[in-house]
Amino acid sequence: MALLQISEPGQSPDPHQRRVAVGIDLGTTHSLVAAVRHGVAECLPDAEGRVLLPSVVQYLTGGGRRIGHEAAAQAAAQAENTIGSVKRLMGRGLADVVGADKLPYGLLDRPGMVAVDTAHGEKSPVEISAEILATLRQRAEDSFDTDLHGAVITVPAYFDDAQRQATKDAARLAGIEVLRLLNEPTAAAIAYGLDHGSEGVYAVFDLGGGTFDVSILRLARGVFEVIATGGDSALGGDDYDRALADWVLAQAGATVRTATDKAAVKAAARAAKEQLSTSNTVAFQADLTPTSVHFDVKVTDFEAATAELTARCMAAVRRVLRDARLAPGDVQGVVMVGGATRMPVVRRAVAELFDREPLTDLNPDEVVALGAAISANQLAGNDAEGELLLLDVIPLSLGLETMGGLVERIVPRNQTIPTAMAQDFTTYKDGQTALALHVVQGERDLVQDCRSLARFELRGIPPMAAGAARIRVTFTVDADGLLNVGAREQTSGVEARIDVKPSYGLSDEQIAQMLQDSFTTAEADVKARALVEARVDADRMLLATQSALAADGALLDEPERADIDALMLSLRAIVANSQDAAAIEAATEALAHGTEAFAAARMNAGIQKALSGKRVESL
Amino acid sequence: MNLQSTDFELFGLPPRFALDRAALDERWRELQRQVHPDRFAAEGAAAQRVAMQWSARVNEAYRRLREPLARAAYLCGLNGADVQAERNTAMSPEFLMQQMELREALEDAATPQDLDEIDRLSASMHREALQKLEQQIDAESNWPQAAQTVRALMFLDKLAHDIDRRRERLG
Repeated sequence: MALLQISEPGQSPDPHQRRVAVGIDLGTTHSLVAAVRHGVAECLPDAEGRVLLPSVVQYLTGGGRRIGHEAAAQAAAQAENTIGSVKRLMGRGLADVVGADKLPYGLLDRPGMVAVDTAHGEKSPVEISAEILATLRQRAEDSFDTDLHGAVITVPAYFDDAQRQATKDAARLAGIEVLRLLNEPTAAAIAYGLDHGSEGVYAVFDLGGGTFDVSILRLARGVFEVIATGGDSALGGDDYDRALADWVLAQAGATVRTATDKAAVKAAARAAKEQLSTSNTVAFQADLTPTSVHFDVKVTDFEAATAELTARCMAAVRRVLRDARLAPGDVQGVVMVGGATRMPVVRRAVAELFDREPLTDLNPDEVVALGAAISANQLAGNDAEGELLLLDVIPLSLGLETMGGLVERIVPRNQTIPTAMAQDFTTYKDGQTALALHVVQGERDLVQDCRSLARFELRGIPPMAAGAARIRVTFTVDADGLLNVGAREQTSGVEARIDVKPSYGLSDEQIAQMLQDSFTTAEADVKARALVEARVDADRMLLATQSALAADGALLDEPERADIDALMLSLRAIVANSQDAAAIEAATEALAHGTEAFAAARMNAGIQKALSGKRVESL
Repeated sequence: MNLQSTDFELFGLPPRFALDRAALDERWRELQRQVHPDRFAAEGAAAQRVAMQWSARVNEAYRRLREPLARAAYLCGLNGADVQAERNTAMSPEFLMQQMELREALEDAATPQDLDEIDRLSASMHREALQKLEQQIDAESNWPQAAQTVRALMFLDKLAHDIDRRRERLG
């Protein structure tokens, strides 16, 4: 019998072995995980064969928790400890949450982001979302019987920086490597476009449980270019339920007070709304204390009660068309995504505006997860020849506060990302040595009407006359739509830089604390996990460098090659011998830094190749 | 080719005002295929950083070349007639008068039809300015004159923007 071979750490014998990468649709109402298997994207079912996981987490009094179907089924019994629609709380302050009083569970006002009051104490929306993500991760690992390499997680296109960062934090908490945050309509377009071999301009109308997006995309030979995006990150099927419930309660003269009643009304409204998609009248029925509510609702009543919501959707569609500088007739097809697009009233409004029937042949619940899976498969390197390229945009303008509480826009909305844009500012007073920078996101002119993302200071400016300093502020937005801001005084070279995160998101310490609280019990576990993560990152970097050297090693001269070899050798030695995560991280970063010039040279070679033989004659 | 190359060099296009938009778009997609960070997702932090820089640079150049006003201002700058630095904001009295009239009409506009009318006027002035630029830049290489036309175009762009905002408010 042949002996099994074990390779040296960091020298995997087959760098092209398949990595398991999945797409996750983390939805308001339910979540899904999908993967590409045998070349086809499919949603992964749980042990009972169910694809949808209700986005519900229940914290049981007396310990333990339930996630998904179990939690949803028992919602009425423990209404105040059953957390649904947590997506609407991600990266939001208490003042931002519409209809907080109608929720069966209690919210706590906390700086930056609300917290939920549960039987297990205070929980951040990030932690609750992490429970859902961890459940899906487990499902994926069970399906493939191996560890997950990474995931593409979808977010509403209209999510701002705070909401995106919160989503990324939740993934990190769930132990998932985020390959990319992908906008939901873009994911849907990938699934749709690749399925139908479509080319041209398409609109994606995505009305989910709690968020609404509309994106206009141009599809051309594997390139998915978002031209403009718009929407409302607090508008969805939930709001239709609430509007219907409010209307019925007003007609019946009933009021609700207890958490159980709130949950019962919410469930009754959702059931009535769903039935009204196929019948003209439905009996709204909710057992409340002291009396029950029975009320016949006609579809026309429902449509009248929710007309304002549909009008808001259509106003967003018109605005995004204006942003794209297109007329409804320029759009070749409208793809419908999200369970709430099953409502006939919504389909009718869309058909009227575009003067064509919307496309509903893909399952509106699954299409986002399927698109994310296709993207994940490519980002993991499983489909090296894949032609897929996503060029997305930033949904909301980014700017700085200037004198008088006004916003100076630095990055306008619908700018293709990644992007880097700079603007020069100056001092206001003679001898001013520091500058306070306040970063905001939104379309309004006043700072108070926009979302505050971060505050930071540039200190050590040499004293000069007012207006003499030249402070260049650079906003960099990466492919995930996340912002980084840097400031530099041009004459003195004084610099300050910030990952836009601390003012609303979770600090690294908070995340470490949560990891300890919810997933592990001892500090040693956290350390062990950090060590595993550092080793995985180091192995990735080594593997990446190895394949880059194999492909383009010829671009290096001997001393350059020797430097990189030495860095790799040193990293391998540290990975093999050290138990110190920080030391491994430092050596990994040293290799990353040491290969930057090589990476730049490879990039130049690639661009030269792209341009060669394609120069315009008259040049 | 490096990050300091001009937009035109980067896109392999002649440094002229007249531009083949389809070729520009195609070149943009080709370049992004080469440099987008997603193409280097499995290649480590160094490659990611470089890709991010390049991808942002390509987008910057595309944005500038795509917009006629930005493209013209950029060409003027490359040829020593910096549009901003000249501080010469003096416009002809006729032009300013015309702008004021359009502004007043915009203030008074009460219906989308009123806006359409202003839009038509503004769009036709816009077209004229672009034709002028093509003449001044590509035929005459008259940079000071071109810079002047760019400034006029800035007024018209601002007007078009304000018409859009007004339309948004009217619904």
